[in-house]
Amino acid sequence: MTQQEPAREHAESLPAWSLAAGGGDQISIGDKWPERVTREWAWGGSTGKGVRVCILDSGVEAGHPLVGDIDRAVAFNRVGDDDEIELVEDTEGDLCGHGTACAGIVRALAPDCTLISARVLGAGFKGSGPVLLGGLRWAVEQGFDVINMSLSTTKRQFAGLLHELADSAYFRNTVLVASAHNMPVESYPWRFSSVISVGSHEEPEPDTFFYNPAPPVEFFARGVGVEIAWLGGGKILSTGNSFATPHMSGICALIMSKHPELTPFQLKNVLYLTANNVGGGR
Amino acid sequence: MSDDLRAAVAAGALGSEDSYRALLQSIVEVARAIFGARASSVFLFDEPSDELVFEAVAGEGAGDLVGQRFPSSTGIAGWVLVTRQPLVVEELENDPRFAREAAESTGFVPKGIMAVPLLYEDNALGVLEVLDRPANAAFSLAEMELLGLFANEAAIALDLLQKARAARAVLESEGGEAEAVARFVSLLADAEPERKDAALRLLRALEQLLQER
Repeated sequence: MTQQEPAREHAESLPAWSLAAGGGDQISIGDKWPERVTREWAWGGSTGKGVRVCILDSGVEAGHPLVGDIDRAVAFNRVGDDDEIELVEDTEGDLCGHGTACAGIVRALAPDCTLISARVLGAGFKGSGPVLLGGLRWAVEQGFDVINMSLSTTKRQFAGLLHELADSAYFRNTVLVASAHNMPVESYPWRFSSVISVGSHEEPEPDTFFYNPAPPVEFFARGVGVEIAWLGGGKILSTGNSFATPHMSGICALIMSKHPELTPFQLKNVLYLTANNVGGGR
Repeated sequence: MSDDLRAAVAAGALGSEDSYRALLQSIVEVARAIFGARASSVFLFDEPSDELVFEAVAGEGAGDLVGQRFPSSTGIAGWVLVTRQPLVVEELENDPRFAREAAESTGFVPKGIMAVPLLYEDNALGVLEVLDRPANAAFSLAEMELLGLFANEAAIALDLLQKARAARAVLESEGGEAEAVARFVSLLADAEPERKDAALRLLRALEQLLQER
């Protein structure tokens, strides 16, 4: 059982569509929200315990020294030449290393979080759009607290469905953290406002992040010269928004562990208020 | 189609293919020079075979690697293609498995790779890589942006190259649609004035028919 569930049960007892006279007291959150949101309030003492983080990627090498145990690993495959997708328990681990690298970064920030691997990359490029959609749909249905997506698709035909899934995640209290990219092409899902989109900064501290007042990229996190987990138990230096994204996922896990009642909207507010260029650096 | 006409159209398609190949080659050479790198390559994503193919190489490996293929989701280029994310990996020489595989496929072991996807409209056409930029300078995001600019150029060149190849394939296939059109143009050019007028009237009617859905 995750820490998220009691909050959801609580939310279900609240009025959803309208508020009767005097109902304001019923939904008062004043006692849970401090006068000043600080990093200490947001995640001081948190280890990410109880938060389930799904790495939607190329699989994860379980037992890697930088990753440790993972709770479950599944893979999504295309069946034949159709867009039909099947889910299988993943016994192959990580086929290329990208997912293991992302998992290692989340683990470094939130050592006690629960990691789940959903492999949607690595079985060839063809059919990658439907596989990605199938994996994301599953992850949203599972109600994971955080879904890390260090990837995107440029296929417009999938944009509508991805958008629906991103909104669905947002309203189900699942935070979707997605890599932006700095090239002048449209890609998804990072451009959607219901996700937390992440670009890179050049600072060396893993908990340094900045709010970007000129979206669609909403936050900049550490993404340059990052020591990442490499297949076969090793480490390597790497750079890219792919690695900035799990830094934000890890910070989200810390906050959600300490404050499981937060909705994605509130979580974004906490991130804003604790960003280094807003209030977090002071 | 008359032999002359076929030769003329084929020369156009083939000529443009050569030009786009030269453009790609020039892009990897400039990228290598600007970054002061040991090598630079463009990989084309071959969708039917689900493989990445060396399309242009500058520096180390130039001359040997063009045409070599590997599965689309393997290697650093594979990461970049499937995730659509630019990536830099350094200290690769410390990984014995990577070193062996790289040496077997390309003949040398790079210390570091910068790789960026080649995206055009909503397609991922391939990957641009720069190998072994000078190790004494810390990597910066500005370099990533610069690589992104080269990637835009390379993506457009790759798109044109693929279109030129597709055009040639159509021309080379006997009985194709393009061949039928070209044969018609050839007959029209040789027709008597009266017959030409009638044919053009028919053609306009046909055009109208195709426009009405």
